[in-house]
Amino acid sequence: MAKKKGESGAVATAPEESTPVGAASAGANGAGDGGAAGGADGAASTEGPGGAPGGVPADGEDAAENRALLHSMLLQRRFEERCAEAYAIGKIGGFCHLYIGQEAVSTGTLSLLRPDDYVITTYRDHGQALARGMSPRAVMAELFGRVDGCAGGKGGSMHMFSKELNFLGGHGIVGGHVPIAAGVGFAIKYRGGDQVIVCFMGESVVNTGAFHEALNMAGLWKLPCVFLIENNRYGMGTALERASAIHDIHERGAAYNMERDFCDGQDVFAVRRTVGAAIERARREQTPTLVDIRTYRFMGHSMSDAVSGTYRSKAELDEYLKRDPIALLRVHMHERGQIDDAAVQAMDDEVKQVVQDAWDFADASPEPPLEALYEDVLVDTTS
Amino acid sequence: MPVITYRDALNQALREEMQRDDRVFLMGEEVGVYNGAYKVSKGLLQEFGEMRVVDTPITELGFAGVGVGAAMVGLRPVIEFMTWNFALLALDQVVNVAAKMLYMSGGQFNMPMVFRGPNGAALQLAAQHSQAWESWLAHIPGLKVVAPGTPYDAKGLLKAAIRDDNPVCVLEGEMLYNTKGEVPEEEYVIPLGQAELKREGDHATIVTWGKMALVAQQAADQLAKEGIRVEVVDLRTVRPMDTEAVYASVRKTNRCVVVEEGWPHSGVGAQVADSVQRDCFDHLDAPVLRVHQADVPMPYAKQLEKAAKPDVPKTIAAVRKVLYLD
Repeated sequence: MAKKKGESGAVATAPEESTPVGAASAGANGAGDGGAAGGADGAASTEGPGGAPGGVPADGEDAAENRALLHSMLLQRRFEERCAEAYAIGKIGGFCHLYIGQEAVSTGTLSLLRPDDYVITTYRDHGQALARGMSPRAVMAELFGRVDGCAGGKGGSMHMFSKELNFLGGHGIVGGHVPIAAGVGFAIKYRGGDQVIVCFMGESVVNTGAFHEALNMAGLWKLPCVFLIENNRYGMGTALERASAIHDIHERGAAYNMERDFCDGQDVFAVRRTVGAAIERARREQTPTLVDIRTYRFMGHSMSDAVSGTYRSKAELDEYLKRDPIALLRVHMHERGQIDDAAVQAMDDEVKQVVQDAWDFADASPEPPLEALYEDVLVDTTS
Repeated sequence: MPVITYRDALNQALREEMQRDDRVFLMGEEVGVYNGAYKVSKGLLQEFGEMRVVDTPITELGFAGVGVGAAMVGLRPVIEFMTWNFALLALDQVVNVAAKMLYMSGGQFNMPMVFRGPNGAALQLAAQHSQAWESWLAHIPGLKVVAPGTPYDAKGLLKAAIRDDNPVCVLEGEMLYNTKGEVPEEEYVIPLGQAELKREGDHATIVTWGKMALVAQQAADQLAKEGIRVEVVDLRTVRPMDTEAVYASVRKTNRCVVVEEGWPHSGVGAQVADSVQRDCFDHLDAPVLRVHQADVPMPYAKQLEKAAKPDVPKTIAAVRKVLYLD
């Protein structure tokens, strides 16, 4: 099996390094190179997030597409900022894991999927739910524990679901959802379909047994799965280098005869190129891929975790903040004259209004009635 | 009526349901080429092919999760554990996903799937291979738990489990596979959650399920020789439990013995005793007694193993005690 390491033009951030290469402009240049290389295929991906047909995209030259990507990422950013605020005043309870800093991963990936493809993810799931097209109202109402939430208020932050969008959850046990993704891949193959399943996971998942069991079966049976490691460098407070015997974790795919790759997760175009190739492989060849997407979370592990302190330094965080995925995309678009400051401001204002509307909607939505307590434990049907 | 083994009854159920619904597939270790570790799936690979009778690596957590994923998107997996002892490796999928998916998704994703395999002790398999897991599984809201004790029940309950739109755990008796009983040729399905009165009597009630239904019957046979008429209520489904059938019998006999294969602490028998004391308090003429495995890991040595297991003499002793005969 061919080794595909870095083929898709990822920026050269060695995994052993603890600081990112370059600032925003360097990342944007890297993306621009890739975009020029793939320009001939631009027509294959001119639709915005959520509606794009399959196909490895040409990157960065389509202004409308880039605006849609920026909008998707900005929506997640502003949404999560308000989540932090809502958590602080007790409107959101329990565990709450924010996605800030990783938006290029969700947007880049989900902009490539068809509506009939499947998505499954971890407990850090707000961003992917939004990028998949779930209503911000339904996500916020779920966070507020209200009846109009996407799971009727019974799931909360870690358990976003939408059957309509083939969004198979938000799963709370690290690694537990990876075999489920293999099962969805099995079902696709069973039915002879050409859909794919994209499975997001944090880098700490690669040390769980479930990951290895699932990837072995996906490799053995050639299942149309795209396993995406959102490598934000820390499993809670434990750095990758303190948890994994190897640091190029996409190489774990070698043990399962699986194509593998890595890319810069702060560059939405790098994500689209690399993940796009994996999606195409799954769709056309029905073979799985393991991708290590190197990103960083700008917030703590959860709302109870300081942004920096015991396990990572302020200096490290500051370095990564220079490679904010939204800033990188904005610079890229500015350089090409695809957007100006006024348009960015207008988009930001609009997104903030959407999030405010989601907040107001969630706030006005009632709590689930007490009758709901015993509902949906079992269904009373048979086939 | 044909007399067939418990093993063949399960095989018929699988075959018929796979013929009936092409969303049903069987997955597990050695289910295909090997014809099943206990030959329950004999011949199915030849009939249905390798996409529907799927041999897996030894990877319980993994293939249980594959079943969960397939069920989430509309297939109807039957996941075979070579024994339920090995299912412990997969409990995260059974408990944290299959059982909770419908609830935590707000009713969006039901899980039409079956987890099945042999449960309980066989002979001298020692501590890790001789365990009865029904109390663990029945503890979990969102699961149904079935434990057939006869070939007739095995076929009818497995068919119902496969048709059920919820996750159902089917606990087969490892020592029952070779037992024989009447199974009609015409199709039938036994609704989940319905106990059956396996024997009528008016002196005392034995509540039981799974393999212990056989022990209870044998004990009742011997007690009958002493003129003691025991009623045997076979729950067949441990969850949801047909408590009304239990109450009807206890209100008639006023005495209740629970016979179970598992350990005593937090066992299913404790649940039965709780229900009976609460809803039949005025009808009881004796405390509810339980017959169960000794509260130790299963020993290997023959004499110790026999001493650890619930059996006919222990059941007879318990019945005599609730009748104040000893």
